[in-house]
Amino acid sequence: MSILAIAILILCLPVAMFGVLALFHNRIPRHGDFLAILTLGACLLFSTILFFKAFFSDGSTAVWGFGAVGWLAARAGNALSSGILVDNLTAAMLVVVTLISFLVHLFSVKYMEGDVRYGRYYCGLLFFTASMVGVVLASDLLWLYMSWELVGLSSYILIGHWYEKKSASDAAIKAFITTRIGDVGMLIGLLICYWKVGSLQYADLFAAVQTGGLAGGWHTIAGLGIFFGAMGKSAQFPLHVWLPDAMEGPTPVSALIHAATMVAAGVYLTARMLPFFDSTTLVFIAYIGGFTALFAATIAVVQDDIKKVLAYSTVSQLGYMVLGLGVGGYVSGMFHLTTHAFFKAGLFLGSGAVIYAMHHEQSMSRYGGLRRKMPVTTVCYLLATLALVGFPGFSGFWSKDAILADSLAYAMLHPIHAFLPIAGFVTVFLTAFYMFRQFFLTFTGKPRDSHAYEHAREAPWQMLVPLIVLGALAVVGGGFGGWFGAMNPKRGGEEQVDAIVRSGYVSTWTSRLSLSSVSTLSTESTPSTSEHGESAHGPEVEALHKAHYIAMGLSTILGLSGIGFGALFYFERRNGRALFDPARVAARFAPIHRLLWNKYYLDEIYMLCFVMSFRGIAWLAAWFDRLVIDSIVNFFGLLGVAGSWIVEIFDRYVVDGLGVNGAARVTALLGEGLSFSETGRVRQYIVSMVTGLLVAAGACAFAYFAF
Amino acid sequence: MTETILRQLDVFLADPTGLHTYLVVSALLFVLGLIACMARRNAIGILIGIELILNAAILNFMVFWHFRGGQATDSTLAGPMMGIFLIVLAACEAAIALAVLLNLYFNFGTVEVDSIRRMKR
Repeated sequence: MSILAIAILILCLPVAMFGVLALFHNRIPRHGDFLAILTLGACLLFSTILFFKAFFSDGSTAVWGFGAVGWLAARAGNALSSGILVDNLTAAMLVVVTLISFLVHLFSVKYMEGDVRYGRYYCGLLFFTASMVGVVLASDLLWLYMSWELVGLSSYILIGHWYEKKSASDAAIKAFITTRIGDVGMLIGLLICYWKVGSLQYADLFAAVQTGGLAGGWHTIAGLGIFFGAMGKSAQFPLHVWLPDAMEGPTPVSALIHAATMVAAGVYLTARMLPFFDSTTLVFIAYIGGFTALFAATIAVVQDDIKKVLAYSTVSQLGYMVLGLGVGGYVSGMFHLTTHAFFKAGLFLGSGAVIYAMHHEQSMSRYGGLRRKMPVTTVCYLLATLALVGFPGFSGFWSKDAILADSLAYAMLHPIHAFLPIAGFVTVFLTAFYMFRQFFLTFTGKPRDSHAYEHAREAPWQMLVPLIVLGALAVVGGGFGGWFGAMNPKRGGEEQVDAIVRSGYVSTWTSRLSLSSVSTLSTESTPSTSEHGESAHGPEVEALHKAHYIAMGLSTILGLSGIGFGALFYFERRNGRALFDPARVAARFAPIHRLLWNKYYLDEIYMLCFVMSFRGIAWLAAWFDRLVIDSIVNFFGLLGVAGSWIVEIFDRYVVDGLGVNGAARVTALLGEGLSFSETGRVRQYIVSMVTGLLVAAGACAFAYFAF
Repeated sequence: MTETILRQLDVFLADPTGLHTYLVVSALLFVLGLIACMARRNAIGILIGIELILNAAILNFMVFWHFRGGQATDSTLAGPMMGIFLIVLAACEAAIALAVLLNLYFNFGTVEVDSIRRMKR
């Protein structure tokens, strides 16, 4: 099978099964969940085949299959075309999406057991998977945008799965609207691209940027607009507020959509469009990412809800990816996306198992000691946590280290941007701290809710299998890093992609690939070194080599110290108390704690700035409407009533009285009056007839003779 | 009036077998029939009056045909044909009228038209 055929199959299978389940899930046993799982299994199989076909063939061709369909021609001569693009980036994303989706489908069998809308839930999952595959396979921004909105819609449906709960339906609306705000920016970017370039194909856009067809202010605005869409989907700083609320959805949904795949769509878009962005946009991207990473990590430190901690952790990690992309680390950003998908999905599914065991209790202050009840979950959770923290040897270590090294090298070349690596390193410490706070609170110490603890038991196999798979991937996922080398867009044009792909040696690929991406950025930000030759690489090579070792060492130290601090505060010793009491520290720094606990009051600020002002405008508009518009309307209404009254009078007295009834009455009167002549005497009739005849003849004769 | 009658007489004396004589006879027949219709109470008398009116019309047809140059050798024979039609018509009419009268007699026991006025309310 050709690569294109496989790609279309991966897209069509979930679509078809979605249609089947949407129509018939009530008539299929178990609402057709096994069909959904089988479909996703097939998709995973095909994605794996595609992955190996794409990666273990001639790496020099980045674009594998390309089918363009003639589309609507909005402008003469510029028909929009749409198609399927399968390159290494697509292939890797497909594996991530279908793998996580498959595991989540499997996990949901037990987690959603007995749910009132079980069939609808699986329809939503399939719909999401299809849309997400659409995002990944698109060869142009138009198709990507449409799939992007479908992804948003499915997210809305799945967050609001338990829509009887007010908070869930509110969260669904919030997620949808917040991401829509970002999408408006994206649409503006798209329109500028189409206006200036006349095409939305990635290849055309990149070519336009390289030849100068799209440059200057419009280029920056288009890039910022497209990244604004990515900010909405990937929950970057000003638009991140929806993601923690989205945890109102079922936990497997959080794992699939709000941790591993959909929120990664923004990162994917940024990576896909990376050759498109100019230096201003890239700096903006880097700062948004770095700030988000730090900002969300500080909030995660104080949260109590197990899923909220993971949600803010997700925001923070997405910030990492965006930071990595912003400083030009194409490979490191995508690598972190993949490893993060594995271990964060593992963490979410692990928290799902815990929540399932604790009868849908989500507050960590009621957990504790679950390690003795759920050993397998604990081990998987610990592995994923270590990966997220970046413990040396785990997958997260390699990917996070790559991002940190990229940002550090970037700051070494441009010292003015020193904030970026600092934010990154502080976040490493915070991440380690809050993750182990969570781990200790949940799995170690004494149970704080003994009743729920007594009933807790190890999750069933449908939950454990995904957990074990993801836990294993969290450990070894770093090994996939080598393949990500081949995803490089190769703007420099001289990378030895094949060598990197086949070298398999992690540190080599990290340095070489990140090197190429840094050089990509530097050639763009400093036009003087415009040539892409080896000579331009000198300072970047050195910076990155140095940065790499510094980053590795520093992140290890910071991570370990974060774990240590977590243990000091939250690991209960034999006497049942931790070394330091976190409550006392919180009381000591009460204003800061309150600020963090309330998430920097951002929701309240948004409420005040946007929601309230909109309500004020709406109130004003309603007032105006009632007072002015309505009175005008009522005036004309009264006018109509008066007019109709006049018309009624006319109708009654003139039309009815004179016209209709008058004619009838005249006829009746004539009949009454003339009936006396009808005597019934035949002879009289003859006489009158003859008289009439004579009169008529006389008149004729008179007329004849007189005139 | 007297003057008019005298003028008619002059015309008659000048040509006693001319068109004018026949027309006067026809008019007299018509008027007699009309008077019979108006004056008779018996329905049969009225019927006879109608026959007289019809005969006056037939006579008119024949006379005008003859005095406008009609010959027995004409291919159309318009006047006599019209007369024959009218005779047939008169026969039909008489048959129907007699049937009506017979029914009137059966239902009312009389053919006096003045006493048959049930349609008048």
